[in-house]
Amino acid sequence: MNICLCVKQVPDTNEIRVDPVTHTLVRKGVPSIVNPFDTYAEEVGVRLKEKSGGRLVVISMGPPQAAAAIKSCLAVGADSGYLISSRAFGGSDTLATSYILSEAIKAVEEKEGLKFDLILCGKQATDGDTAQVGPEIAEHLNLPQVTYALDIVEKNGEIQVKREQDTGYDILSVKLPAVVTVVRLPYEPRYPTLKTRTEARKKEIPVLTEKDIPSIDVSLCGLKGSPTRVKGTYTPVREKKGVKLVGMDAAKAAGELVRLLSDGKLL
Amino acid sequence: MNDLSEYKNIWVFIETECGKAKNVGYELLHAAKPLAEKKGCPLVAVVIGKDVEDAAKDAICYGADSAILVDGPEYEYYTTDAFVKALIALVQKYKPETLMIGATTNGRDMGPRVSCHLKTGLTADCTAIDIDEETGNVAWTRPTFGGNLMATIMCPDSRPQMGTVRPGVFKKGACDKNRTGEIIREEIHVAPEEIRTTLVERVNEIVEAVNLSEAEIIVSGGRGVGSAENFKLIEGLAKVLGGTVGCSRAVVDAGWLPYAHQVGQSGKTVAPKLYFAVGISGAIQHLAGISGADTVIAVNKDADAPIFGVADYGIVGDLNEVVPALTEALKARQS
Repeated sequence: MNICLCVKQVPDTNEIRVDPVTHTLVRKGVPSIVNPFDTYAEEVGVRLKEKSGGRLVVISMGPPQAAAAIKSCLAVGADSGYLISSRAFGGSDTLATSYILSEAIKAVEEKEGLKFDLILCGKQATDGDTAQVGPEIAEHLNLPQVTYALDIVEKNGEIQVKREQDTGYDILSVKLPAVVTVVRLPYEPRYPTLKTRTEARKKEIPVLTEKDIPSIDVSLCGLKGSPTRVKGTYTPVREKKGVKLVGMDAAKAAGELVRLLSDGKLL
Repeated sequence: MNDLSEYKNIWVFIETECGKAKNVGYELLHAAKPLAEKKGCPLVAVVIGKDVEDAAKDAICYGADSAILVDGPEYEYYTTDAFVKALIALVQKYKPETLMIGATTNGRDMGPRVSCHLKTGLTADCTAIDIDEETGNVAWTRPTFGGNLMATIMCPDSRPQMGTVRPGVFKKGACDKNRTGEIIREEIHVAPEEIRTTLVERVNEIVEAVNLSEAEIIVSGGRGVGSAENFKLIEGLAKVLGGTVGCSRAVVDAGWLPYAHQVGQSGKTVAPKLYFAVGISGAIQHLAGISGADTVIAVNKDADAPIFGVADYGIVGDLNEVVPALTEALKARQS
């Protein structure tokens, strides 16, 4: 099974703080990581590849430093990687991003001399939180999709996907080729060893610009190809001046809370 | 560029499964009503499903001026291919100016495929919607960076302007049985071979009657609960409140509860009236899933736990003592 894994480099949202004076995100000094949902997509991709053979190729769109995200994937089982990077791609919203990625996927198939059976993405990136790029890649390529995957197994040339639903999960079978976005797995993503990490760091990551993607229409990329516009941003006021009951014995605190909730007509 | 003036009306997609509408569709009707009034345009419910005429009638009662109904056996369970095909066909025929979809797992599966096919903009998982006074466009507001930053997005030059809107953020309006409106039936059918996914099995892990995304009261436990066995305390409190049991990610990772109960960025987004966070420290990923809760109540032994920063009420203490006391106090109040 030949697999294309789409990853994004994101700031570690655990490390993001809001400046109390300017009310803007403090991103300085915040480390970049591979989007956590993408690490699940990679782990399930590596397992599928280990079982059935084939290649796992990772692609990422972003600035030159996003090559580090691709190298992280190479260190835990991906066979090769491509960075999709150009000034013409900057400012893309999800429609333009998914268009660029879908065209890049075709170009990578040419370069690798193969056809992808499965395209894997994380459910969403933890910076934009849209969960739209995966399904939009599927639409551009006219492929079936399963989103919110919790596990994937191969079965008789098809895949079976465990998919999150409101009260549990569904098992869906889907013919290949297909696009699957992964929300989490019953097992943890593997860690690189010192050896695989060192090897990955030494690798050159080829960069694909619009010149390397023959079929791409540049007018559909970047801001020009993006129907949405950000009108403004603000940081939400999070600190509530709540009532905190401290140092009371349990029965007294419980009684007081029930009284407060009753008085507030919350029960 | 398409002629924007051809696009009229505000549409709300009413998600159904097995003939039954999910609450979020009716919530969106209530949220969209003031926007339709500002624009002076009709509010139209779009209902796709199997045996869903009642859902369409209810949509009128909940505030739609009319409804478009697509009914067929292929829509009993959600499939990407069938629902996307039907919705695209409707948009191309009627040309709505705005299309709102509930940001459920299915809504967020379907929405991007529809917007991508139509080459228009879609704003994900919105928590506020308004009309921009200057341009008349919809201003969609949504959390990003795990809830650390809010962004307002517009789609100025393409139609329909689309957004998925988070369930539970808006409340349903009153159901007015005297309201009347036209229900238009559209025959759109999808052949079995066009549907490229097959539902093999559905497994329900939540036994409560109300699922988390629609629950009005949720009692969630975290790592502090200590063991699967000790979740009896959480279940006991949930039972006396008539609430649904939730949990943090640590609990699922430890195998104490199935994933279906998980609340947060990698689990369910919830918007109950009352949210009890018991033994949950309040990691940003968990808080991202509960920003729609009206009232948050925290029980934690660590007075400095971040959960207290978002709590309306908090008890600092040992949950093994506080939760049984709280359950007893609530029982006493009821009797």
